[in-house]
Amino acid sequence: MSEPTQPKGSDDPAQVAAFEARIARGETIEPKDWMPERYRRQLVRMMSQHAHSEVVGMLPEGNWITRAPSLRRKISLLAKVQDEAGHGLYIYCGTETLGVDRAELIDQLLAGTAKYSSIFNYPTLTWADMGAIGWLVDGAAIVNQTMLAHASFGPYARAMVRICKEENFHKRQGYEIMATLAAGTPAQKAMAQDALDRWWWPSLMMFGPSDKESPNSAELLRWKIKQKGNDELRQRFVNLTVPQAAAIGLHIPDPLLTLDKETGDWEFGPIDWNEFMQVISGNGPCNRERLAARRKAHADGAWVRDAAVAHAAKDAARSAA
Amino acid sequence: MSGQWPLWEVFTQPADGSPHEHAGSVHAPDAEMALQNARDVYTRRGEAVSIWVVPSSAITASSPAEAGPFFDPGNDKPYRHPQFYKVPRGVKSEE
Repeated sequence: MSEPTQPKGSDDPAQVAAFEARIARGETIEPKDWMPERYRRQLVRMMSQHAHSEVVGMLPEGNWITRAPSLRRKISLLAKVQDEAGHGLYIYCGTETLGVDRAELIDQLLAGTAKYSSIFNYPTLTWADMGAIGWLVDGAAIVNQTMLAHASFGPYARAMVRICKEENFHKRQGYEIMATLAAGTPAQKAMAQDALDRWWWPSLMMFGPSDKESPNSAELLRWKIKQKGNDELRQRFVNLTVPQAAAIGLHIPDPLLTLDKETGDWEFGPIDWNEFMQVISGNGPCNRERLAARRKAHADGAWVRDAAVAHAAKDAARSAA
Repeated sequence: MSGQWPLWEVFTQPADGSPHEHAGSVHAPDAEMALQNARDVYTRRGEAVSIWVVPSSAITASSPAEAGPFFDPGNDKPYRHPQFYKVPRGVKSEE
């Protein structure tokens, strides 16, 4: 157990104690309930980053919608990308219950001051990347979000329940793409293996730094925003994914990967946290491209938003007359 | 820019005969577009047969801090429950 950090600010210690007793009893905190300022800020930080990740996550896949190899693949990818937009909205909606405006959060994203998942700053070079993203990135997200569905903050937990129901489709369509390529021509199989090689380590990084290094882990665990640490979730993902790779004849690009027969855990090699830090601090392969694409989409949509407002105003004037 | 659109709370009815339940919220400039946004955000897989949207500002909610005294009138009246009443042995009472 780590030393409990004293919430900063002017929170009344008696209220903090009552709040922590509620958390200890496993109660759900709702937006109008009293909460420490630090709890609120941690949630806004975490939920807005999560929402931004859903939104930016549309970009690497949007890239392949027009180039999907069949109509079946195209409608699936289109539906998946549309789900990501929906997921972003569920979480923004949850974040707004904490007294922040979605517009404010979106401004932070467009200004480049908000963080989002580092994984979306990697390029999608081939069609197999659509398979790898669905299988690994959505697979990792499911492990994380299944845990967050028990978060102590009600609106976050409820958004996660909804999202988890939909993510399973994402993962399965991705795994199907990989399995199909892996069973195809030697060139197709090589394409699948290359995608796995490039996405494997960034997927492991998605769970964030080791709990020993993570500045937020202890507090998030103490307040039951998270129920499990980054390392435990990462291990769970590896244990689930290794047999899935073997089943379709692909190999995980980690020479140190070994099964610990006692624990049943697949032990993996060291993660390059230097790369992770580079990507989250804005120097990944696609950080600038992603933000530029997002800004362009936002600017290109301005006339639609303006038209909607004009239509609503005209309608209101007509019904008042 | 025209600032942020108003917020609407969304209630969906999952099936004929069931009550509408809170699903979340959407931003929209008017009620009609709020309904369309709610459909696209909350019912992409046939999760609802009906949707209500209500301006969030129109909702009045009870206060969590006063939940104790507020709900007290209903909490100390066991005689409102059937278990409060005795039935002679052997008599079948409806569930």
